[in-house]
Amino acid sequence: MTPADLNTLLPEIVLALFAMSALIFGVYTGKDAVARSLVWATVAVFVLLALWIATTGTGARQAFGGLFQDDPFARFAKVTILLSAAAVLAMSQDYMARRDLLRFEYPVLITLSVVGMMMMVSAGDLMALYMGLELQSLALYVMAALRRGSVKSTEAGLKYFVLGALSSGLLLYGASLTYGFAGTTLFSGILSQLGEGVPLGLLFGLVFMLAGLAFKVSAAPFHMWTPDVYEGSPTPVTAFFATAPKVAAMALLARLAHDAFGAIPGDWGQVVAALAVASMALGAIAAIGQRDIKRLMAYSSIAHMGYALMGLAAGTAQGVQAMLVYMAIYVTMNVGTFAFILSMTRDGRPVTTIDALNQYARREPLRALAMLVLLFSLAGVPPMVGFFGKFTVLKAAVDGGLVWLAVAGAVASVVGAFYYLRIVYFMYFGKEASALDREMSPVQWVMLMGSAAIMVLGVVNLFGIEPAAALAAETLVR
Amino acid sequence: MVGLEHYLTVAAALFVIGIFGIFLNRKNVIVILMSIELVLLAVNINLVAFSAHLGDLVGQVFTMFVLTVAAAEAAIGLAILVCFFRNRGTIDVEDVNVMKG
Repeated sequence: MTPADLNTLLPEIVLALFAMSALIFGVYTGKDAVARSLVWATVAVFVLLALWIATTGTGARQAFGGLFQDDPFARFAKVTILLSAAAVLAMSQDYMARRDLLRFEYPVLITLSVVGMMMMVSAGDLMALYMGLELQSLALYVMAALRRGSVKSTEAGLKYFVLGALSSGLLLYGASLTYGFAGTTLFSGILSQLGEGVPLGLLFGLVFMLAGLAFKVSAAPFHMWTPDVYEGSPTPVTAFFATAPKVAAMALLARLAHDAFGAIPGDWGQVVAALAVASMALGAIAAIGQRDIKRLMAYSSIAHMGYALMGLAAGTAQGVQAMLVYMAIYVTMNVGTFAFILSMTRDGRPVTTIDALNQYARREPLRALAMLVLLFSLAGVPPMVGFFGKFTVLKAAVDGGLVWLAVAGAVASVVGAFYYLRIVYFMYFGKEASALDREMSPVQWVMLMGSAAIMVLGVVNLFGIEPAAALAAETLVR
Repeated sequence: MVGLEHYLTVAAALFVIGIFGIFLNRKNVIVILMSIELVLLAVNINLVAFSAHLGDLVGQVFTMFVLTVAAAEAAIGLAILVCFFRNRGTIDVEDVNVMKG
């Protein structure tokens, strides 16, 4: 353990120390009375760390003998994770405070899970992978059950816990087989073992680990927990589940696939392609019957994970780049959409049924327009940025020789457009219904409008994330 | 002579029992928590057996991490279960059904 190692790990150390001191501070001072200031302090720390990581990092460094990797890929994922977590935290403060949910543990738990996610995307070893994943997951289980007095929230927490623990078990069993047959837990060591033939045990290990990670990204057929957990958790927590952890798990999947098993892209590529096509089909079809917007967003996220996996399945640098761009766009769209869902109340009580949006456009034309842009973007309708996200992954899949997968993706996106457009239909042409409340907190308004504006203005050059994603992908795929 | 294969067979059997315990059990959530522990212990047997077979200590270090995390996981699982019991007054698996799916 040299100063250079610790220096590489500095952002994670700072964040972990912040989480622990915030916990102590909360316990020894006003408990929930300080929750509001803790939330804003956490948001500030996230944004500053994101700026720090984005501006200072250069090249690829290793720490602790390869256990921890700091390269452009990790930095891209970390900046996305930190900014999306900050956005979700900022817009949830008002919602939580109003419903008496703003406990000081909430920002602390989010910070701990973000530390876990940063470890995940930088993992260079099976042990680092497991510890990062568990730190993230354990914090998320608690957050799902944050509303302790509610049957739905605790049930969501329990379901998430049981299936999350099962997926960790699958992942670990795969990791143990990989260790046994490769003789090492280092990704670089596993990669060098693959040169001389692939033992069957390693393939089993790979499949188990992919299944465990598929649970975490909620790819079909390992998606069963997603709709229930999204519906039952408090809405700000759902917004968090739909953004940062998805980026982290997807980045981890890409890192494991390329860093440890990069020599056999054909073997994991077909598993990932199968996951992708199942997720896209299920996300598109199962969402049609949903009447609850949180459940609908759950199926929407399953479908979107399918598209991101499609980029990964191509097994090329272009595919990884497409996946990173897609995830960044997906997170931005979801932040805006959930800002809107958080503001949906009637007589001060949260509403999540789609019917409640009937004739919304007549009362709130600007917000309805922003939501229309976001929904069109989620559906992948051409002028919006969401279309370019889908286009890059489809192109990566075609260039990677997976034409059938690209065709399946295009068909699924047409089917999936139906349920997004139905919400637009309700907002503009729906039947007359009792109105939603007009008020919306300023932060939520800014997030909604900002996200919608990005979906329109980003068409010019995607705000320059493409070169950054290309650089990130090059370091991963060698 | 007990070799690596025997250990791997026992671990695989425990792992499968654990997975089936989670899915087939219709009684009680505590049994699910026990099944999860069984899965993690199967992994530990695997890791230690490989570690001894390879003459490499990393597997045993990994086992220590798994044990620690498993303890934390059980604590959190039980805490969530207590909250659930307070709300519903039952921990039967069949009663974990307020939301469909």
